[in-house]
Amino acid sequence: MDDNLINVTVIDRDGTENILEVPTDINLSLMEILKASEYEILATCGGMALCATCHVEVIEGLDLLASASDQELDMLDTLPDADDQSRLACQLYLQNCNNGMKIKIKGALQS
Amino acid sequence: MINTDICIIGAGPVGLFAVFEAGLLKMRCHLIDVLPQVGGQLSEIYPHKPIYDIPGYPSITAQELIDKQLEQIKPFDPTFTLGERVEQITRQDDGSFIVTTNEHTIVHTQVIVIAGGLGCFEPRKPEIPNLHLFEGKGVDYMVKDPAKYRDKKIVIAGGGDSALDWAFHLVDIAQQVTLIHRSDSFRGAPDSAEKVFKLAQQGKINLLLSHNLTNIHGNGYLSHVETTNKEKEVIATDADYFIPLYGLTPKLGPIADWGLNIDKNAIAVDTFDYSTNIERIYAIGDINTYPGKLKLILCGYHEAALMCQSAFKFVYPDQKLTFKYTTVNGINTF
Ligand SMILES: Cc1cc2nc3c(=O)[nH]c(=O)nc-3n(C[C@H](O)[C@H](O)[C@H](O)COP(=O)(O)OP(=O)(O)OC[C@H]3O[C@@H](n4cnc5c(N)ncnc54)[C@H](O)[C@@H]3O)c2cc1C
Ligand code: FES
Repeated sequence: MDDNLINVTVIDRDGTENILEVPTDINLSLMEILKASEYEILATCGGMALCATCHVEVIEGLDLLASASDQELDMLDTLPDADDQSRLACQLYLQNCNNGMKIKIKGALQS
Repeated sequence: MINTDICIIGAGPVGLFAVFEAGLLKMRCHLIDVLPQVGGQLSEIYPHKPIYDIPGYPSITAQELIDKQLEQIKPFDPTFTLGERVEQITRQDDGSFIVTTNEHTIVHTQVIVIAGGLGCFEPRKPEIPNLHLFEGKGVDYMVKDPAKYRDKKIVIAGGGDSALDWAFHLVDIAQQVTLIHRSDSFRGAPDSAEKVFKLAQQGKINLLLSHNLTNIHGNGYLSHVETTNKEKEVIATDADYFIPLYGLTPKLGPIADWGLNIDKNAIAVDTFDYSTNIERIYAIGDINTYPGKLKLILCGYHEAALMCQSAFKFVYPDQKLTFKYTTVNGINTF
């Protein structure tokens, strides 16, 4: 595998599971990468930790992520379905050590 | 019944600017917004954030911009219905419309302008079974009239400022207040959190920290809520009212049912005048879509100006509109 390409398993809202190849050298947040990969994510605030529509549950690899900022934790606290494994995808910039991470998309959609 | 020339759905920055542009052409506006305050995303999501791309303001906070816009439209005396969601629009024989809200406010208007942004901001709801069965029968998503909770058993859920604020506000009114939060600490304003902890120590608030809401029960009307703690024990708490306070999230809502051409949650418009597929209905700001659309406040303002030039013919069918700079006539009120 390329030095700066890692694998992330993504479980969509309907339970379908895919492995996504994520470059770690392009300064995009996980939210931006998921959107670019055609996952349905609202990301109303464009990545400012203000809307929580990019909520993901980190199923594997949580301890290898940088810890959440106060603003991210504040936002997560407003979510009825957040738990200890919740993060905002727009605040996650992945590195090579995050290879093998597994996440589930949880953010709200419009209807 | 309220009578107006233009009924604007959505009182965000773009809806507010439409009032100004309409006023210059002597068209009266009534604005309706489901939020209790004007300002749309700016007041609801990011009031303190500075904005850098408003011409003439190198930097202005979102709320300041809304305040300035209110000042700018004051001479045109717009009327407002706030805290109500537009549910229905009905065409009249003469082409005009009747607009109806969820609280049965009725507006008769010549033209409808949808400036609905991302849609209605609606309460985030916890995913628990039966929740919808108790809506209006014990489950409230906002506190409108605190007196309603006098001598009742209230359960509030959430960890943000509004959950904390209402918990200690209702302590003096309700018979019992329980506050449920999934984590073991509060990240809301520190002094609010401190107040709640103090009231819990004094036995005035029943605090259930590290508890997850799992179920609600009742026989027609709510009777108790169930939570599980870290040890997975199920705890039942009596409740006449359950108030989940998890903030707001946008939903397109009723706009989707009005027969408009909708493309990915946005209304398709003609860029000539931002008209929709239905005559006399326009869509401006974040709610519309067309090739090259940019969701910027600035672009919404431009759309509002062009829209008004086109709407004029429905409000004043016997008059011909000739374009004049605003400085030619000044700001003349009605
Ligand atoms: C964090 C963040 C930062 C941003 N920064 C900038 C920036 O720097 N510069 C910039 O130009 N833009 C910025 N934007 C985008 C900008 O906020 C939007 O372009 C702008 O708010 C659109 O205005 P609007 O009036 O069209 O809609 P909104 O502001 O979304 O207002 C629409 C209103 O319509 C109401 N509504 C909807 N449906 C109904 C209904 N059926 N009945 C009653 N009411 C209804 C809603 O409650 C809402 O109040 C930012 C957005 C976010 C989230
Ligand atoms: S995109 Fe809004 S919080 Fe992440």
